[in-house]
Amino acid sequence: MRNSFIETTTALLDEDPRVAVVLADISSAAFDDVRSERLVNVGIREQLMVGVAGGLALAGLRPIVHTYAPFLVERAFEQVKLDFGHQGVTGVLVSVGASYDWTEGGYTHMSPRDVALLDTMPGWRVHVPGHGDEVDGLLRSAVAGDEQVYIRLSTRTNREAHAPELHKVRGDDGPLVLAVGPALDNVLAATEGLDVTVAYTATPRPLDVAGLRALVTTPELVVVEPYLAGTSAHLVYDALNDRPRRLLSLGVGREELRVYGTPADHDRLHGLDPAGLRASITGFLGD
Amino acid sequence: MEQLLALRQRFTGDDKHLPSATSTMDVLWTLYDRVLRIDPAKPDADDRDRFFLSKGHGPALFYAVLADKGFFPAEWLDDAAMVTSPLGHHPDRILVPGVEMSAGSLGHGLPLATGTALGLRLQGLTTPRVYVLLGDAELDEGSNHEAIAYAGATGLDNLVAVVVDNSSASHGWPGGIASRFAVNGWSTATVDGRDHDALETALTTLLPGRPHVVVALVEPKNA
Repeated sequence: MRNSFIETTTALLDEDPRVAVVLADISSAAFDDVRSERLVNVGIREQLMVGVAGGLALAGLRPIVHTYAPFLVERAFEQVKLDFGHQGVTGVLVSVGASYDWTEGGYTHMSPRDVALLDTMPGWRVHVPGHGDEVDGLLRSAVAGDEQVYIRLSTRTNREAHAPELHKVRGDDGPLVLAVGPALDNVLAATEGLDVTVAYTATPRPLDVAGLRALVTTPELVVVEPYLAGTSAHLVYDALNDRPRRLLSLGVGREELRVYGTPADHDRLHGLDPAGLRASITGFLGD
Repeated sequence: MEQLLALRQRFTGDDKHLPSATSTMDVLWTLYDRVLRIDPAKPDADDRDRFFLSKGHGPALFYAVLADKGFFPAEWLDDAAMVTSPLGHHPDRILVPGVEMSAGSLGHGLPLATGTALGLRLQGLTTPRVYVLLGDAELDEGSNHEAIAYAGATGLDNLVAVVVDNSSASHGWPGGIASRFAVNGWSTATVDGRDHDALETALTTLLPGRPHVVVALVEPKNA
């Protein structure tokens, strides 16, 4: 996904004179061939990175801001809050690292709470692509618009790309299991042979309430997100306020596991591997 | 200046920030009366100078200057910070004509101004300058030092920082404020923050290829 991001961003710098890219050293080597003066690397200075991006937006440019997820969203959160929204300007934030792409690197490089944090502010569009081929279209539409956008890239991918909008992937009836982004393949493996409908979205914000309501045919509903468990619970629950419903929210746990290992190990430890998901889902749905 | 003080008196209820407000009075007046190329009738012109009041505390004099220059009616000062008023104790650019930056939380102005100065340059707008006003205590915030290093390294010469120094930083700045900028390649001027002629000269004497800082010395806050 990072390669797709680099490719599309490089092209956008050529195509759109409004586009400026702000980096804080991370990924700067990948842009080595880019000669545009609208590629700005401020060094390892994340507060400045976000502030400069806000300032560029105030000057009429469309900033793309990129670094590792915890440094982009958490480290300079007040800048994200004040230097964009409170100033009345917008930008496109693109992160790498996701919840635990680099488990060998430990807790400092894990960012499972990014989407939940952004949810504390109004107006953010969030894309969580599940495949590298989904990145180009999402990034292009994000840059062409004028919304606040967060694009969450990951090294975890599904086997194949899917349309990013909320849609059914498998099954015709039974409880809905909604998978966000890279969570889809494990959800498909976990629900093999179960009487459920599996849906996918790479755009959890704004939540497609109408699309969700159209697919929900039973009171039971499961959401599997590749970030903090329950991040979307309030939106999904409220979307079905006029119906009886039971919601199971699966995702990354809050606890600090304090282990290294592989991303697959962390999937297992958070119950997000196929076996763990299947146990949670069948337990919730009953026999 | 008398009319300014009269206008300032109409903005009440923010006595906590009175020293902060008066410390900036002469700098603000000099900027708006002699330096900034901004037409209140065309507050969105692309080629206008920008002024960011980073130190959003104590905006009474700032509001008085904007009202005096015709950005908004002076009557707005009379019910400031009421629920119906656009004028609060920290300015909001969405609510107040002429306010370029919403402020209040310290340490945001210099990074934002750096981005805007860069953005103007990238669009070929070489005339307008970006002025940003900070306090000496605000300089404690580390985000400023990220911007000082970066703007100096990249020679952002359409950026002018004004640090109003009323000796309010808890741990002071041994060696002086200007030295923090100079070591990063900024041109510097340290002047009497009450002397309009000295301020005007310092605010308009820039060097090509370097960002510029004016340290405006005023009476110590706790004297």
